Order: sequence, then structure tokens, then C-alpha cells
Amino acid sequence: MAKRVGIEVSLAVSHAVQLARAEAIAAYPITPQTHIVEHLSSLVANAELEAEFINVESEHSAISACIGTSAAGARTYTATSSQGLALMHEILFIASAMRFPIVMTVANRALSGPLSIWNDHSDIMGARDIGWIQVFVQNGQEAFDHTIMAFKIAEHRRVLLPMIVNLDGFILSHVVEALEFTDQDTVDRFLPPYHPWHQLDPKKPVTMGAFGMPEIFAEFKMKHQVTLMNSYDQIMKVWQEWGQLTGRDYHPVEHYKTEGAKILLLTMGCLSEVAEIAVDELRDAGVPVGLLKLRLWRPFPFAALREAVNGAELLIVCDRALSVGGPGGPVLSEVRSVLYPLSPQPKVLGYIIGLGGRDVPPEDFKEIVAQAQAEAELGPRQEFYMYGVRG
Amino acid sequence: MTKPLEDYTWQEVELGGILREPGSARDYKVGDWKSQHPVWTKSHCIRCGVCWTVCPEAAIIEETGGYFDVNLDYCKGCGICARECVTGCISMVTEEE
Repeated sequence: MAKRVGIEVSLAVSHAVQLARAEAIAAYPITPQTHIVEHLSSLVANAELEAEFINVESEHSAISACIGTSAAGARTYTATSSQGLALMHEILFIASAMRFPIVMTVANRALSGPLSIWNDHSDIMGARDIGWIQVFVQNGQEAFDHTIMAFKIAEHRRVLLPMIVNLDGFILSHVVEALEFTDQDTVDRFLPPYHPWHQLDPKKPVTMGAFGMPEIFAEFKMKHQVTLMNSYDQIMKVWQEWGQLTGRDYHPVEHYKTEGAKILLLTMGCLSEVAEIAVDELRDAGVPVGLLKLRLWRPFPFAALREAVNGAELLIVCDRALSVGGPGGPVLSEVRSVLYPLSPQPKVLGYIIGLGGRDVPPEDFKEIVAQAQAEAELGPRQEFYMYGVRG
Repeated sequence: MTKPLEDYTWQEVELGGILREPGSARDYKVGDWKSQHPVWTKSHCIRCGVCWTVCPEAAIIEETGGYFDVNLDYCKGCGICARECVTGCISMVTEEE
């Protein structure tokens, strides 16, 4: 059993990247991801991490450089947030289509405007369909664990896709937590050196990133789609292996007090730990409520979610992003569509909370459960609800 | 490519769209986009090579004797050669079936 160390979560993520022996890092500092790459930069400068650290002038360049180093055969890492992720957007598709196993931390933050440096999920929801594997973490330990596991998942021969670990900006990234590090020997045994499937080599010239004629484009997309869906099995294997090594088990949809629950809350990221407190208090008061925590966002865990809601009468989906002019939050619309073939179906209500860093205390979840119960009786009367908005 | 593009299934396409055969861009005959192609009146041609210089696709080829002609596999019919020709000896002719 390793000893527990108090550390800022951003630094813990950097340490995970160091333990994973990343060979190339290209990043631009953007709030609230800054501490992660600052610390990595120091580690490289002090020769504590043997890697190439590429300072770039923008996030568009950062991810482009990552594609370059990954093509050259290096284990590659980057991190970003908000506007930086948006600036990377066009290249994100290229990274996954070219099948480069880059690992990226996204410290989730609201997209402008109004300009906000605080947390919500609007940045990553804008990058929902980029063809990367994506997970959400709720605390520092998970951020550390999933950063290491991400390399192993991404680099597997049957996966070879880039992967994002989402952690809530400030609320998680800047918090000091007690967490358990894993020693270098264990990580080395878990994560062998990266052997690229193909490497840029002047002696064996190839073209990477060529254009695709209409006759062949859809075939490539199909291959990408099938590979991303099939990566699910590999993700499960890696998580199980890590669980055996460290005693920390992870699941695509995690349950908290769901036994006999008629009402289920569904959350992602840091909201989950706050919702647990509300669930505890509601259970004590006799309300049959449970919590589902959606960890795996891409590939979407269809079967696990359908199984998880079995027996519930009301499902309350809490989104930390608004799909403006659409059918609610992005998580709500996906969950609704995934549950559509079920019979019987729970009523699914969507609540949008915590936008742009608005605090969400446990009382809010208790209030949401009460409101949602009343609304479910009445109809519901709206497509979705913006919780706690004045006026 | 060992067979026509339209014969590949999704299982067969190369991982990441990599092309392992160097110089295979030659196989894409981009000339079939054009609606016009250049024709030289060789009696007016002074063999200055301006058409060869300005062609954005390098589709113009120098023939023996210093005159010029076009490789229709790659000519996109932009007409820059005709526009820039010093003596006006190039005319653009509409493609026909």
C-alpha cells in the first residue's frame, strides 16, 4: 500500500504523465489547465522527465505538434481548456482519423461569452464528436489513475485512438487532495514502452493525412466508428487490470445507493461527489433516490446505462452545459435517445446546473429532486429546466 | 492502390488512411474535373515557355523541338496558360463527350 500524499490535483496529473514516461509534450498554458503543463515543463527542464517539451504559440499548434511527435513514434501528451480546446478543434478530428494515441487532459471550463474562466462542460461538449475516447473523473485520485490508464488504452493495437481525460477546472484541478501514488515499477509493469504501429521513417516513405475520394471516405469513417465502439472491451480490460494492481475499480456507469431507487440522478465529473451527499440525506429522509455517475462518455456505454436505469421511474439528468436552442443539455439528449427503445421507460427530465462556475451545493440536488418529482407528475411542462436562474 | 477505390470494404482500408506507396498521387487523374482544355496554334508559338512556367498543375509538357502541349490527365482547364500566352497562340476549347 503506497502512502497517501497531499497534492494539488494538477500536479498529480503531471506526476501521472511523468510516471507514464511521456516522450513528447506540446502545450500552451491556458487557465485552468496551466499548472499541469507548467509543472511538466519544470520536470522536463530539471531532467526528471526525459521528454521533448515543445513550447508553441497556440493550442492549434500544440495539437498539431502532438500529431507530429506521435507520427514520429513518441508517446505524446498535451492538456488544454475551453478556448484552447476550441482552437484545437479542426485538428482534433485529424488526430483521431490518423489514429494517433495522444493523451490529453481537458480541465473543463466554460466557453466565452461572457468571458469566463470558471468550470462547466461547454468546452468538451463542443468537442463531443471528434472521435476520441473520453472519460470524466470526479476527484484527484481518479484524475491520476485515468491519466496513466489512458496511455495504455490509447496505445493498444486494437484501439490506436487518442483519449481525453476530463477533469473539472479549478473545482478539481486546483484543489489539494490526499491521494495515493503508484510507484514507478508498478506503472512500468502496467504500461510498457510505446511501440508505434507506424513511424515516420525516410527509409520507408509513406503519406500520412492524405485526402480521401468520395469513393472511399465513408469506409474510413465506418472503420473509425467500429474501432471506437470496440475500444469498450479494451477499456474494461485496462480498468480491471488497474483495479487488480491498485484496488481501485472503475466502471463506465457507476452506481451510488441505487438499490431499490425509484428516482435516479445522473451526473458527470465533480458534481457526482456533491450529489452523493444529497443522496445520503434524501435516503435518510426516506426518499428512494440513487445516483448514476457517467464516467465513460465516448464510446457511449449503451448497455451499461440501459441496465442501470432498470426499475427506476424518474431519471434526472444533470448537465453542466447548455445546447442553446436544442433539446436541453448534450448529456440529456443522448441519454434520452439511448433509453428510447426501453420498455418500460423511466421519465427523463433534464436540469442544467453549475454553468460558468456557479456553485452547486448538495441542497441544490435536493431541491432538483423535489422539483423534478412535481414536474414529472404534471407532465413535464418543459423540454428541460435551467435550474436556479433568476427571473 | 492495387485495386480501384470503389472495390475496398471498410475492413480493408489502411489504418489511419496511410498510403504506403510513394508517389501514388500520380494515380489521381485530376484532369477529369475540367470543362475546357488548351489547344496550341503552333505556327504562332515562339517557344518562350511562359505557359509551362505559369501552369499551376505542371500539366504542360515540353515536346521535342521546344514546343508545348498538355497532359490531359492533370490539366484542370483553368486557362491561365491561354491568358498569359505572349502571342495568344493558346485557345481554350470546350470539352465534349
